[in-house]
Amino acid sequence: MPALAELETAYAKARRDAGFRKEFHFYLCDYAGRETPLYFAERLTEKIGGARVYLKREDLCHTGAHKINNTIGQILLARRMGKQRIIAETGAGQHGVATATVAARFGLTCEIFMGKEDVKRQSLNVFRMKLLGAKVRVVEAGSQTLKDAMNEALRDWVTNVRSTYYLIGSVAGPHPYPMMVRNFQSVIGREARRQILKKEGRLPDYLVACVGGGSNSMGLFYPFVRDLKVKMLGVEAAGHGIPSGKHSASILGGAVGVLHGSKSYVLQNERGQITETHSIAAGLDYPGVGPELSYLRDSGRVEFDSATDREAIAAIKLLAEVEGIIPALESAHAIAMVTKLARHLSKRQIVIVNLSGRGDKDMMTVGEYLGVKL
Amino acid sequence: MSRIENKFAELKQHGEAALIPFITAGDPDLDTTLKIMRALAESGADCIELGIPFSDPTADGPTIQRSSERALKRPVSLAAIFRVVRKFREISEVPVVLFGYFNPFFCFGLEKFARQAADSGADGVLCVDLPPEESAELRRWTDAVGLDLIFLLSPTSDAARIELVGRASRGFVYYVSVTGVTGARRSFDDKLRAQVARVRRATSLPVGVGFGISTPQQAAWIAGFADAAVVGSALVERIERTEGNNNKAKQAGVFVGQLKRALKQAARSA
Repeated sequence: MPALAELETAYAKARRDAGFRKEFHFYLCDYAGRETPLYFAERLTEKIGGARVYLKREDLCHTGAHKINNTIGQILLARRMGKQRIIAETGAGQHGVATATVAARFGLTCEIFMGKEDVKRQSLNVFRMKLLGAKVRVVEAGSQTLKDAMNEALRDWVTNVRSTYYLIGSVAGPHPYPMMVRNFQSVIGREARRQILKKEGRLPDYLVACVGGGSNSMGLFYPFVRDLKVKMLGVEAAGHGIPSGKHSASILGGAVGVLHGSKSYVLQNERGQITETHSIAAGLDYPGVGPELSYLRDSGRVEFDSATDREAIAAIKLLAEVEGIIPALESAHAIAMVTKLARHLSKRQIVIVNLSGRGDKDMMTVGEYLGVKL
Repeated sequence: MSRIENKFAELKQHGEAALIPFITAGDPDLDTTLKIMRALAESGADCIELGIPFSDPTADGPTIQRSSERALKRPVSLAAIFRVVRKFREISEVPVVLFGYFNPFFCFGLEKFARQAADSGADGVLCVDLPPEESAELRRWTDAVGLDLIFLLSPTSDAARIELVGRASRGFVYYVSVTGVTGARRSFDDKLRAQVARVRRATSLPVGVGFGISTPQQAAWIAGFADAAVVGSALVERIERTEGNNNKAKQAGVFVGQLKRALKQAARSA
């Protein structure tokens, strides 16, 4: 708790500081490559034959996903707090890479916790992290995925709390992380809002984003929360299908619980033990979801649906073929949902999808799924 | 007075610190847990911390993580754990503190949890991932049934926090001896004595010290300046490496007997 209080105070101070905001903006632009385009996917729109589909191209950010927005914000904060060592958990490896990247940029020691299962399926990202000078700590406890990596990172943090900054990658974990990560990521929604007003002269009818822990969805949704005419749809990972039990859909298939210091929807058994999750997208393979998304679901502001592994793979192929863009497996869940949603909308309606990451890291997984030997 | 308060009051008269062993319920099964509890009580345990296994024990080191994993190989329900406590209560008056993580309690229902825990004969609850700031709901029910709700302090706790935890706790305050997770340590920081003294000045409750205590010598040293020594991982490890369930209970008793003798000796020589 004292560490969280220290973080909360430091963040509250930085947030009010124009110098901090300027610094954050500078690195988002000149280092991460913002702003990212809001791209009208003309051929995808034609193919679906319904609403106009725009893609928010977070896949074009430095390191290949939206994760860098948050890691830049938090590393600047860690420096202000005088922390010398950065730790982080990672599932797909995108947050690990984004953390290792900023730690290298600012010359801080970096250790990334990653479940053994994820190390196997994301070996490319493990290599990237190492190349960036980070130490990758393989977690063999529990289900050996993201939640176990987070457990181990928390254990490390309480042990080395004085010297170490824990850089959480999603809108999960204890306060102030969900709020802070949402704020750093909401640059996505602020840009998208400005861009769509410029291109279409009006706000979109729908926003669609995939939801694991929820950082890319909160980043897109948050600046639109008060625009009540804009509907929001979060897409969870249905894995082999929610009835199969092999999925990561915390909101659609879970119950209210407390995990990693926040109260939200959690995948658990009837005895309150956290259950193992499955998704072909390692970045969605987490049994909880951000507390604010859980709240927005309960209040009815954000709707939720899901896409299966199979649908995500089909969406990757579709987007690659008609737009020349290979999305990350995570983002492909959102694309899969859009192909169903936009069809039922009129041609005058507008949908913005968060293309949260690029698919290069997933080529081994996709190849394996399609029975192609790489 | 609660059973925990009574026990501390009784030991204080002899100038003795309490010995609080920790074991995980259901490791390796609940029948053995009862046998182990009985052996601990017979060997001089002053209070037993009964760990409620959880899938994601973020405050625990490898020894207790493994112990939780072994327990969870079978479905261990809180109801079944309460039955063990009830059976133990038929044969012993040694206080029992349920030591666990919030989600299984929350999932069971906090009111039902407090009521059934008290009915079974448990005396206290320590929920490691529940800070006092978030404890109002659980506290309402534990107070209603007279269960002692115990909170943690650590070397990073400042004066305001010590005051808050001192006020929120019932029974005793649990001081975490190191910044870190549970698990045996070879040595302790010399500052521990001063840190515990600081806590004792701020609260009238007894102060127990835990995390890392693994030998009779360490327990005796702690007893020199604290009201209780908690021994967890070292005991759990001994249970883990002993073959045969009856032997596990026997060895647990032998170890706790050694620890208890060390504490008694420390009291005499003080």
